[in-house]
Amino acid sequence: MAGSDTAAPAVPAPDAVKILIAGGFGVGKTTMVGSVSEIAPLRTEEPLTAAGLDVDDLDGIEDKKATTVALDFGRITIGDDLVLYLFGTPGQQRFWFMWNDLALGALGAVVLVDVRRPRTSFAAIDFFERRGIPFVVGVNGFHGEHPYPPEEIREALSLPADVPVLLCDARERASCRDVLIALVDRRIAAAGRVP
Amino acid sequence: MRPFTLTGGRTRPSRADFTLITTVTAVDPPPEHGPRPQPEQTRILRLCARPVVVAELAAHLDLPVSVVVILLCDLLEAGRITVRQPRPVSGSPDPNLLQKVRDGLGRL
Repeated sequence: MAGSDTAAPAVPAPDAVKILIAGGFGVGKTTMVGSVSEIAPLRTEEPLTAAGLDVDDLDGIEDKKATTVALDFGRITIGDDLVLYLFGTPGQQRFWFMWNDLALGALGAVVLVDVRRPRTSFAAIDFFERRGIPFVVGVNGFHGEHPYPPEEIREALSLPADVPVLLCDARERASCRDVLIALVDRRIAAAGRVP
Repeated sequence: MRPFTLTGGRTRPSRADFTLITTVTAVDPPPEHGPRPQPEQTRILRLCARPVVVAELAAHLDLPVSVVVILLCDLLEAGRITVRQPRPVSGSPDPNLLQKVRDGLGRL
C-alpha cells in the first residue's frame, strides 16, 4: 500500500478494529451501538450514486427521496494503542452492496434479532454465513422480555450449533457487552483450533 | 454546495487504501513546499491533528465517506497526512489482539 505508514506521526496512531451490528430494519442496531459506545453514535451518509449504484437500480424504490444510505457507528477505546469501532449496518436489503465494503476486515458481526419478527434478520444471517464471517445472534427482547428460549430461536432461524444465541436487551450496556464478548470468545476459540 | 464540487468533479478515489477505519494523522510540521490546502482540506487537517479514522472524519465534516477519501488522497499525495491501516483480523488474527479486545470489553 503506497504511502502507508510513512513518516512517524507525533502521536502514534492506535490500531483500529471493527465489529458489525447487523439485523433487520428497526431491530435496535443503533440502540445497541449507543449502549456500549463511549461517544453518542455518529452518522455518515453516502449518496447512492457515489457508491456505484446504477440509476436503474433506483427504479421501484418506493421513496425516491431516499437517495442516501446512512451508517451509524460508535467507538470503544480498548487502550492507548487499540480502538474498537462498532458499525450498525444499513437494514434495508437494497443497500447490501454497501455491506461487502463494511464486512471487509471486520472482527465479526452481531446479528440482532427482533423476538417478535425473527425472520426479518434471516437475510443478515445468510449474508454472514455465505461469506464465512464469524457472527453471534443477539435476540433483542421487546421491552426486555424474552418469551422464547434461545434454542427455540435457533430452531426458527435454522442456525448451526456453533453459532451462539444470546438473549439480550439492546438498551442495556452490560447486556450488549456480553453479546460482543461472546463474539470475541468465538474468534478466540477458533484461533485456538488453528495450528 | 454539492459534495463533488469539492473534489474537482472526480467521483472515485485514486487510492483504495482508505477504509472506514483507516487512521489518518496530520503531518506536523507540514512539508515546506506544496499546494495550499483548500478550505475542506484545512478542516480535515485540523480534525486529524490527533489520529482519527476516516468514518469519524466524514461524520464530523458532514460529508460522504467517498468524498472525504478523495480529499484524503490529495492530502496523502501532498505529504500532509500519514495513514495507518487497520489491523488484519480475517483468517487467523493475532491471539494477543483478540485477548486485548476481550479484556477491554470486559472492563465496560
